[in-house]
Amino acid sequence: MEPVIEVQGLTHVYIDAENTKVTALDNIDLQIMPGEFVAVIGANGSGKSTLARHLNALLLPSEGHVKIKGMDTMEEDNLWDIRQTVGMVFQNPDNQIVAAIVEEDVAFGPENIGVLPEEIRTRVDDALKAVDMTAYRTHAPHLLSGGQKQRIAIAGTLALGSECIVLDEPTAMLDPKGRKEILSTMLRLNKEKKITVVYITHFMVEAMLADRVVVMSEGKIRFQGTPREVFSRVEELERLGLEAPLAAKVAFELRKSGMKLPKEIITNEELAAAFG
Amino acid sequence: MLDITLGQYYPGNSFIHRLDPRTKILATLLLIVAVFLANTAVGYGALCVMVLFIIALSGLPFMLVLKSVKPLLFIIVLTLLLHTLLGQGEHVLYQWKFLKVTEEGVQMGVKMSMRLILLLMISSILTFTTSPIVLTDGIEALLRPFRVIGVPAHELAMMMTIALRFIPTLMEETDRIIKAQTARGADFSSGNLLARAKNMLPILVPLFISAFRRADDLAVAMEARCYRGGEGRTRMHQLAYHAGDAAAFVFAFAMIGLMAFLRWGPNVL
Repeated sequence: MEPVIEVQGLTHVYIDAENTKVTALDNIDLQIMPGEFVAVIGANGSGKSTLARHLNALLLPSEGHVKIKGMDTMEEDNLWDIRQTVGMVFQNPDNQIVAAIVEEDVAFGPENIGVLPEEIRTRVDDALKAVDMTAYRTHAPHLLSGGQKQRIAIAGTLALGSECIVLDEPTAMLDPKGRKEILSTMLRLNKEKKITVVYITHFMVEAMLADRVVVMSEGKIRFQGTPREVFSRVEELERLGLEAPLAAKVAFELRKSGMKLPKEIITNEELAAAFG
Repeated sequence: MLDITLGQYYPGNSFIHRLDPRTKILATLLLIVAVFLANTAVGYGALCVMVLFIIALSGLPFMLVLKSVKPLLFIIVLTLLLHTLLGQGEHVLYQWKFLKVTEEGVQMGVKMSMRLILLLMISSILTFTTSPIVLTDGIEALLRPFRVIGVPAHELAMMMTIALRFIPTLMEETDRIIKAQTARGADFSSGNLLARAKNMLPILVPLFISAFRRADDLAVAMEARCYRGGEGRTRMHQLAYHAGDAAAFVFAFAMIGLMAFLRWGPNVL
């Protein structure tokens, strides 16, 4: 099967305000297969947002290649196909809603690519239904909660026909309820509509539900694997400025003090079960 | 502060509310022309009846429409006074030193202020019965043919849409900044005008910085959603003329015809 996203030797260098060269991404290799739910974690400044912006050609590589379904982001002719294939959801829920009515905002993407009006109508209705926001069709966005606004943003990418959605810390500005809404919406879309998800977050609990976790630091991918593999490496995570889930940490400390516990404990339930 | 309504849209589902926004904008312009053509008492009378008729059709409370005259009340009264006191004419009703009230002056004053009142009422019926969002669609559609001579129709409409979207958000933000600065001991209510204007600075600076940041974020988000200007863009909501729109146009042209007849036609009355 062909990967949806293929990153080969991606390096991103930029000149900052003090005129020094900064390497935000350093020789990244990453493959994401159709239908995968990949979480990317990393401390602030680890380059995860920069990586996200490369995935739909908002940024272009200084070196290396990013291919979306085989289309290279460096080729300008591919630009609009790439942006239709990979949808983006950003951190600030307010700053990505364009129109003053919910359904008009969801229609913004398809309108841009010249879809026929009747077709836009069906796409918008379907997208709003998929994120469970049909009831708010004609509302004004500023009256919605953060979680609802982010769901509108997700609907916006669905209406564009995205097969893959990249979410750049979508829950960073939300309350716990909103966080839950977004995560469960994405898990459902991944399962039911086979949408490929790249979920960038600094909440470890959210990453635990992914198929694969990619750990980034200083512009490099440090290690990756299933949540179980990644989160049981408590010491390494801490060295990178990340906190492993509480259960994994407790198990790790207990093991260190001589207790015999299985190495792959990462959830509270597993920890409790280990004590019988 | 959260509960702000933009513009003065008065929701409803009347015949006037349901008209196509293009019809309403064009008909408003036509009726304004009709107001300028009127120059007889009969003409003004007919226009008043017409405005009352439209208000009745729109289901708006009469007082609401009348209130739209308020912001210009001072100018209307001034117009009336100046024409009355300084008007020229042969039929002097009253004279005191250089002030001379003439019949012609009074007539002129009444006409001029009637004209202002009618203009205000007609144009506010447009904004009362059309939501700003629909109005934006109408303006975009009407300006589209002028793109060939360089009128940025799509860009203007986009700007209006984004403004409508972000004004409430920025109002919320202003509210928050005012509270934050008050908590830090800022004083917005004492001192003379200059001092007070100066005190607004701690509100304006953070507000501007945040607005620019938002603009930057929004631009990236729009680009990510395939925005590339008005070229090749479609709209989900298509404007469509109906029978009612034809009737509205016939009515507006009839009013112009009537006013032109009263002005230049044979003096039948």
